[in-house]
Amino acid sequence: MNERTATGPQGPVHEPGLALHVEDLTVSYQGRPALWDIDLDVPPGVMAAIVGPNGAGKSTLIKSVLELVPRTAGHVYLFGQPYRTVRRRVAYVPQRSAVDWDFPTTALDVVMMGRYGHLGWLRRPGAGERRRAMAALEEVGIAELAGRQISQLSGGQQQRVFVARALVQEADLYFLDEPMAGVDATTERAIVRLLEDLRARGKTLVVVHHDLQTVRRYFDWIVILNVRVIAQGPVERAYTPENLRRAYGGQISLIEGFGARATDGVSGE
Amino acid sequence: MTAWDLLSDYTLHTVAMGAAILGVISGVLGSFAVLRQQSLMGDALSHAALPGVCLGFLVAGTRDLGWILGGALFTGGLAALTVLALTRLSRLKTDAAIGIALSVFFAVGVVLLTVIQRMGGASQAGLETFLFGQAAAILRSDLVLMGGVTGVALTVVLALWKEFKLVTFDPEFARTLGLPVTLLEVALTVMVALAVVVGLQMVGVVLMAAMVIAPAAAARQWVSRLEHMVVLAALIGMASGIVGAVISALGAGLATGPLIVLAASAAVLVSILFAPGRGVVWEAAGRVRERRRLRGRQVLATMLSLAREHGDPDYPAEQGMLDAYHRLGTHGVLERLEARGQVRRARHMPGEGRHWVLTPEGRREAERTLAEIGPGGR
Repeated sequence: MNERTATGPQGPVHEPGLALHVEDLTVSYQGRPALWDIDLDVPPGVMAAIVGPNGAGKSTLIKSVLELVPRTAGHVYLFGQPYRTVRRRVAYVPQRSAVDWDFPTTALDVVMMGRYGHLGWLRRPGAGERRRAMAALEEVGIAELAGRQISQLSGGQQQRVFVARALVQEADLYFLDEPMAGVDATTERAIVRLLEDLRARGKTLVVVHHDLQTVRRYFDWIVILNVRVIAQGPVERAYTPENLRRAYGGQISLIEGFGARATDGVSGE
Repeated sequence: MTAWDLLSDYTLHTVAMGAAILGVISGVLGSFAVLRQQSLMGDALSHAALPGVCLGFLVAGTRDLGWILGGALFTGGLAALTVLALTRLSRLKTDAAIGIALSVFFAVGVVLLTVIQRMGGASQAGLETFLFGQAAAILRSDLVLMGGVTGVALTVVLALWKEFKLVTFDPEFARTLGLPVTLLEVALTVMVALAVVVGLQMVGVVLMAAMVIAPAAAARQWVSRLEHMVVLAALIGMASGIVGAVISALGAGLATGPLIVLAASAAVLVSILFAPGRGVVWEAAGRVRERRRLRGRQVLATMLSLAREHGDPDYPAEQGMLDAYHRLGTHGVLERLEARGQVRRARHMPGEGRHWVLTPEGRREAERTLAEIGPGGR
């Protein structure tokens, strides 16, 4: 990326030191707020989990950042700039259920789709794209399935294909929507190892996560969400039983167990 | 006139060529429509072409093909926009919105048709042929127009291939890459309207949707790559067109358009039944094979258990006992296992039922089965 002054051609730069900076974001569906007055900061180089109960707006948060759902109010800056100008530095892994896996195509072909943004109009994916896509499939551990029709893949393998597609985007900031939901243990380990590897290379990861038991093990940054931001920050500071209770409310008995475990984690570190 | 005379007939050549062109464009664009689950949109577009046909006639004052097809494209596009607006602005789901647009536009078209008929005059004759098509009326000059439209559509599909593919597979991801997804989707829809326009004279507004859906649906059964599907759908569409045209010529006076649609539908039927991997027959055969294999393995496992219980690897199991174990006649199963060399017949006393012994290969298979089901199994 070229250096931008405080007032670049795209307008003023906001918090360029942050990978993600959200100000006063509100999103509503048919009059009902899905996200309310969100203020959010994610520093670069962290692996951040977004957790919260069902209907908390976790996916909506990612989608509104990526301008897939309209914002009612608020501003979003990625590396200090609006999304449109830094698209190339951002990769997205949607929920697996977002597409019809009966589509007639192969795993390799889906991964190559991650290069379409770099290719531009009228240019076809060639040997270079194919090589990158194969390397990405190698990284997620299913290179031998490259030529397989995608409906013939297991759920975990489909998820890996989606992660591989994000890898070839060669981004600096990755948004993943429930990448570990409904996958086998091997896939979960493979994805986590890969995400840790990306973080070690200075990338930032923002992951919608559903499994409170693994938050402490996988992530170093947390956003606890329930329409509003309940808490955010480094996991060891913000991931407290008290904050979880505030987010999950009624499901308190469920939380007590995790809360105790979370406290154990703190004392153990 | 012999069949050969007929096949070298000039009119038939024109009709067959037109039908082939129609098959190609509807097969290619139908593939995207079917995969985007927009098949019904093709139905709305074709029905909505009728008011456009009438408007084109009213504006031109004659049966001028350019005006008529232009009108059809216009009202078809309008119907597509109506569907889009209804789903975006109201809480109607797409199927309801399509149903509404389809019937309203078609009703307006029928009303306009009767108005034109009441106006009288020789020139209005035959506007209703656009309902079911009238292939024989196609001229060589019409072929140029149909071919031109098809050529343009194919060029666009080729040029925007990867964009169309991505938008069809995963529109949200396409949007994050910065693709103008709405524009691309509109382009795909407009091109389906183009296919409808090409088919108006041949098949007519009522049956045109089948030409959009059938070749693509048939092709999907046989292949698992988008590029193969599009090419195969074009070929199936083309073949249906030619077959329909030839049958109609041989059968003297049978309507061409419906015959083309029937040919395409036959392709769908065959594909749904017999396509390898996805066909109904294939899947049923697979289930039968699987069940047989499983029965065979169960019988082998039982025989191995019996042999172990008796401490005799060559223990001859009586067929009647195996029947009782499995509560079914194992005769067929045992003969299949024998043919595969996994069991052999054992000597037995006269008057007793048949006895069977595991071969070494059968024993290996049985051991594998028992290992798979684990210690909890028999």
